[in-house]
Amino acid sequence: MLLTGKIHKFKDNIDTDQIIATEHCNSSDPQVLKQYCLAAAKPEFWQIVDNGDMIFGGKNFGCGSSREHAPLAIKGCGISLVVAESFARIFFRNCINIGLPIMICPQAVQAAQNNDKAQVDLGKGEITVGNRRFQAQPFPQFMQGIIQSGGLLEYISQQNEQGGTG
Amino acid sequence: MSLTFAEKVISAQAGEEKRAGEFVFAPVSKIMANELSGYVSIKQFAKYGFEKVFDPDRIILVPSHNVPNKDVVTAEHAQTLRRFAREQHIFHYYELGQMGIEHALLPEKRLILPGDLVVGGDSHTCTYGALGAFSVGMGSTDIAAAMATGKVWLRVPETIRVECTGELQPFVTAKDLVLWLISTLGVDGSLYQTLEMTGPAVSGLDMEARLTMCNMAVEAGAKTGVICVDQTTREFYSEYGIGEEQYAVFHSDPEAACSAHIHLDVQELTPVVAAPYSPDNVKPVKDLSAAEKVPVDQVVIGSCTNGRIQDLRQAAYILGRNKVAPGVRVIVIPATQNIYLQAVREGLIEQFIEAGAVVSTPTCGPCAGLHSGVLAAGEVAVSTTNRNFVGRMGHPGSKVYLASPYVAAATAVKGEIACPTEVVTCC
Repeated sequence: MLLTGKIHKFKDNIDTDQIIATEHCNSSDPQVLKQYCLAAAKPEFWQIVDNGDMIFGGKNFGCGSSREHAPLAIKGCGISLVVAESFARIFFRNCINIGLPIMICPQAVQAAQNNDKAQVDLGKGEITVGNRRFQAQPFPQFMQGIIQSGGLLEYISQQNEQGGTG
Repeated sequence: MSLTFAEKVISAQAGEEKRAGEFVFAPVSKIMANELSGYVSIKQFAKYGFEKVFDPDRIILVPSHNVPNKDVVTAEHAQTLRRFAREQHIFHYYELGQMGIEHALLPEKRLILPGDLVVGGDSHTCTYGALGAFSVGMGSTDIAAAMATGKVWLRVPETIRVECTGELQPFVTAKDLVLWLISTLGVDGSLYQTLEMTGPAVSGLDMEARLTMCNMAVEAGAKTGVICVDQTTREFYSEYGIGEEQYAVFHSDPEAACSAHIHLDVQELTPVVAAPYSPDNVKPVKDLSAAEKVPVDQVVIGSCTNGRIQDLRQAAYILGRNKVAPGVRVIVIPATQNIYLQAVREGLIEQFIEAGAVVSTPTCGPCAGLHSGVLAAGEVAVSTTNRNFVGRMGHPGSKVYLASPYVAAATAVKGEIACPTEVVTCC
């Protein structure tokens, strides 16, 4: 799948409180959550983001709480992909589990500027920023299965239909 | 072949040998959820057509974040959890009146055993590593899937071994030690890995201090923290009539491959704080109090990190001999009903109230800026909790310093960040 979008760049250690404050975790509806998405880091974010845009984060993106509201808020904003130098592990698995595409690619993040256009081949893990192409770390087969199913529960449902959860 | 603790627990659960870096769908021993993560899990569980949980006795539900409920929405979240527990015949549901902050309650009730593989809908689920369990925080969809199937997907983590030698000085606690460890590693210093804490300084810690250590492993990015079973662990369970034949003991083989070895000599460690806005921004209190004087508006003593009886005793050691400084609000929160009762019986609560503090029923409220202690713009708090991110306890313009109960109590008395020795003579 080919994605094209504008890059919104963020610094290192963007934590889940900055992505969605607890006071807004009373809802798990992405359409509600999106209004508060990344408010502590960039208050105007939800208004300037366009459908299909991408987040490029630094190291340890999504550190902190286990709240799934964080990737749900990002998904609600229409973000098509989150690329980071590294992810905090609970946020990382939450993204995989809810079917929000993510990639680890420090070189692409370092090369990208805010508002740059990126083109990404999700299948090949290729990220093109301007005229430079970067190869993201490939996901293990196991995770690709979950991503391709659209999320963990879809994956489990499909496995059950095929007779086992692996 | 030599294996780490994490590799041994996961291999035992999976029924085949698994090494760091491999993926596995492993059966879980226990699943924990609170109402904040749990209401989303229960919605997911229903949405995908699951009708029955795989085993009601392995699921533990604790409303702890927004209790007593602060508004209609949070009341509905708690109600969702309560109804689910009733419908699914989940015995381990802990209602207001019997509950506590989850990571204090589960160890207190001995619901987690050494060798268990535990998943919880809260990032501080890593706390139970102090009990010799492999215990990891996860999101709501993971918890829904685990409740339905009894399994989780896991990447077997690498292990960083931390050896702590030396002896902690008076007024220096496990909180100071773990903050120092986080500053040594950095907040992403152990991403995806297990922090295995060993050495004589760790062996010398009581179980309460160990729970504090493992609680904050996630603040260094770790998947979990662990302190393997020893005599202290055995006694913790034998007090409850639980013998070693009832649980599994795993130790890393001495030759097992680790991604890093770290050595900390705790001898010279003095009381520290983590300054805003990162748990690894650690500074000795004496440097702060000498150089820049940090006046505070609020002090919080409690949470899954430091709300246990030993923590309250430490705070009372200082507050029992002093008064809270004018203009400072002090909130003390025993982490469970049992701890609360014990604090009443020991006279600690009386000391807190006489000093000018308020005492709350168990709740996670102020730690995550949910309720009962939310900060306004520009306010500064010293808190025994685990995170000091931007806006963590309220307004994005507020500031949180993380500290031990001793430092928090001394700060309450001085009205600015202070060393315990500034307000009491050595214990």
